[in-house]
Amino acid sequence: MLLNTSISQLEQSLQQKKISSVELVTEALSQATAQNKTLSDFITLREKEALLTQASSLDAMKKPKSRLHGIPFSLKDTYATKDVLTTAGSNVLQSFIPPYNATVYQKLLDAGAILIGKNNQDAFGHGSSNENTDFSPAKNPWNTQHIPGGSSGGSAISIATRAVSFAIGEDTGGSIRNPASMCGISGLKVTYGRVSRYGAVAYASSLDSVGPMAKSAEDLALILEVIAGADPLDATTATRPSEPYATDLNTDMKKVVIGNPKEFFAEGIDPEVKQIVLAAAEEYRQAGATLEEVSIPFLEHSIAIYYSLAMSEASSNLARYDGVRYGASRDAFTQENKRRIMGGTFALSSGYADKFYKTAQKARTVLIEEYAKVFQKCDVLLAPVTPTPAAQLGQLLNDPLTILLEDLYTVTINTVGVPSLAIPAGFTKNKLPVGMQLIGKKYAERQLLQIGHAYQQRTDWHTQQPPTIGTDNDR
Amino acid sequence: MTDNTYSLVCGMEVHVELKTVSKMFCGCANNPFHAEKPNIHTCPVCLGMPGGLPVANRTAIDWTIKLGLALGCTINQVSKFDRKHYFYPDLPKGYQISQYDLPFCEKGQLNTAEGAVRIRRIHLEEDTGKLQHTTLDGRKVSLIDFNRGGVPLVEIVTEPDITSPAHAKAYAKQLRDILRYLDIADCDMEQGGMRLEANVSLRPVHKTQLPDYKIELKNINSFRFLEQAIHYEMQRQQAALEAGEQLHQETRGWDSVKNRTFAQRTKEAAADYRYFPDPDLPPIELPDEHIATIQSSIPELPAQVVVRWSDQFAVDPRFGLPLATSPENVALFEDVFAQLTAQQQSPNTLASDLHNKRLNISANTSAAKIVAAFQKAHDTAVLDSDELESIISAVLNKNSDAVKKYQNGQTQVLGFLMGQVMKELKSKPDAQQVRTALGKALTT
Repeated sequence: MLLNTSISQLEQSLQQKKISSVELVTEALSQATAQNKTLSDFITLREKEALLTQASSLDAMKKPKSRLHGIPFSLKDTYATKDVLTTAGSNVLQSFIPPYNATVYQKLLDAGAILIGKNNQDAFGHGSSNENTDFSPAKNPWNTQHIPGGSSGGSAISIATRAVSFAIGEDTGGSIRNPASMCGISGLKVTYGRVSRYGAVAYASSLDSVGPMAKSAEDLALILEVIAGADPLDATTATRPSEPYATDLNTDMKKVVIGNPKEFFAEGIDPEVKQIVLAAAEEYRQAGATLEEVSIPFLEHSIAIYYSLAMSEASSNLARYDGVRYGASRDAFTQENKRRIMGGTFALSSGYADKFYKTAQKARTVLIEEYAKVFQKCDVLLAPVTPTPAAQLGQLLNDPLTILLEDLYTVTINTVGVPSLAIPAGFTKNKLPVGMQLIGKKYAERQLLQIGHAYQQRTDWHTQQPPTIGTDNDR
Repeated sequence: MTDNTYSLVCGMEVHVELKTVSKMFCGCANNPFHAEKPNIHTCPVCLGMPGGLPVANRTAIDWTIKLGLALGCTINQVSKFDRKHYFYPDLPKGYQISQYDLPFCEKGQLNTAEGAVRIRRIHLEEDTGKLQHTTLDGRKVSLIDFNRGGVPLVEIVTEPDITSPAHAKAYAKQLRDILRYLDIADCDMEQGGMRLEANVSLRPVHKTQLPDYKIELKNINSFRFLEQAIHYEMQRQQAALEAGEQLHQETRGWDSVKNRTFAQRTKEAAADYRYFPDPDLPPIELPDEHIATIQSSIPELPAQVVVRWSDQFAVDPRFGLPLATSPENVALFEDVFAQLTAQQQSPNTLASDLHNKRLNISANTSAAKIVAAFQKAHDTAVLDSDELESIISAVLNKNSDAVKKYQNGQTQVLGFLMGQVMKELKSKPDAQQVRTALGKALTT
């Protein structure tokens, strides 16, 4: 299985002509097609002929366009792709074929990477189980009775099963990290403004972030190098130049202070999850890092702050799907979409905006200050991604409030705007993956990737694969 | 108003499309009126497509500030764009990007011949698409043209300072003149490049508080109609108030055929636009230096020009104002006035001739040509100064009363004496030469 290897290995093999992009694409498409019936990780798979034409023309080039040249990947269906269906997981956009490309997709195209298909997700990113999709609910490849996490669930599955080498997810309140953790892969939520949002179907504009998902921190670094940077089409991208993230991933752990925020390990956390993340902290200590207990007391308000802001912005961003364009009327929204639109509309209404939206904005400032204070004491924070491992299918669907609480550890990161790297940290007794997140200062992506890489040098959780699904992968 | 029972309470909201090269938040051409076809100047951003993001047009921001400075406004050094939500088919995002509580400009003033009008605020927003209700293949349909969608639109809001229909007209006209003079807007009223709205209500003359209702007059596409509509509305409201009727908030249009306003929409309740800062657009910081740079780019404005012309060239501001339509024209006429002065001819006569249409000049002409045309029209053969002096002396002798009055400071009799002298002269005289000679004779 070629796609089980790292991007840099694939790059080397491609350059030495040991393998071809045509072979990679053929393997990717056959794996994706076979497993999609069971796992529903793709909403759209591209036509084989178009893929092979693209791959062979890339194979024929003398000089690679970038280090991702000829590598197959997938996109969460939230990214606009010219001439390719873009649904955001919703029936509202079930026939929307954009006439333009999202910046992140354009950059990957220019880099010579090959899009295999568009991944399943919770409609408009509303949800963290991938069950709120208007297409078939996606399944966890480690146990198909369980959710893959969400909202970028399809992307996490495609990487876990090696149907693609990497994917681009979108994280508004945990949507990259949550499924990465539940499917046993690595995912990076970048600093707000590090990667262009142009062409990403908006959920909550001040929280949305575009990031890579892959098998390892090393792979993430390579992808980030291609996609990061200012974009004239997105006024919120940072002018600060991006960095050579993949150039030197080694770091001296003896110089690193890791903070354990105690509120992230308090009541409500599953004992297995807690034990796995604390074991990861111990691994770092053995590698020479200093551990420091820190506190973010405002965490208890984070759900309220996040959802006041996210729903307000969502109600505004989704106002364009008013039934006049795109062919579907407003009743095509999911229950979860409607809950968030109604909640946000209420929170922005005259007479209530002061109590909800404006108070949440003030509280957001307090939270940003708390994180700034904590980062004076440590370089990164180490925390669980979700309080529990992947739930069983249907378990959360009928309990909208519990699903919000699942986001407790992830949403503050978006509210504050800092980066967070989710990487595999172990398995439960029932063989469900559990991840951890390393949270950094603004624009500390390089440092996070180095620290994540250090862990992946010492452990092999990230190399583990789910049981075989589908029939066409016995090469 | 024919009697003194009620006085007018009136403020205006004027929308003007800026003539930037590109639209407000995307790179599409800003050319809504001369597009070959509907919907050709569009992109994912101005069509509000999923994933489209706005990027603010800096020129439109600078021009808004330029207008604000020209109207003596305070500029907010930190400003932002907000989303204003409402549902309408010509609004593809379901919200309009506008400015709510931090407009670029606040607290200015425009002085007109009919009185001053305070400016409450000037903000920048995006225009909507244009709906066309028409019949296609026998079916009644509504079509949308988004060529106009996303065009930069400034809104200038006044305080309720307008005291008469003529005052409203003077304000609106002068505002248009300034916009054109600053070269930031075409103000094509027919096409909707400038849209006038007047909020009109009446209050008993002895009261000071604002009335509890206001009538919004909309869809007025000429200054004359504005004046007529306000006038009509004052009479209609007075009749209603005198009949003991309670007037309510409502929007009325102007029917220029029947010469009357008509009800368009009554507001049941205040709309809830759910304003909040647009998270796609970072706040805009305007440092002092930037504002100073814009300030320095503002040319001398017509109101200042005509005062200077009056001092420098004795040109009556009434005649000067219509000539000060652009900085280019100001420069042109300065040149003309200087040439005439050097030849001891009257710039004011020229300005008056142009004002009274006694002299017509073509566009894009030169100063030399204007001077030549003026001199030809007046055929100002220089008079023999001896002959002129003897005629003057004869006229002064005959009108010793007038001379005495003049010497006692009643200088207005100069006109009368001028007339008498001119009557005696056979050839077409140069008034300036006559005036100079007469002045000299009177003071010696």
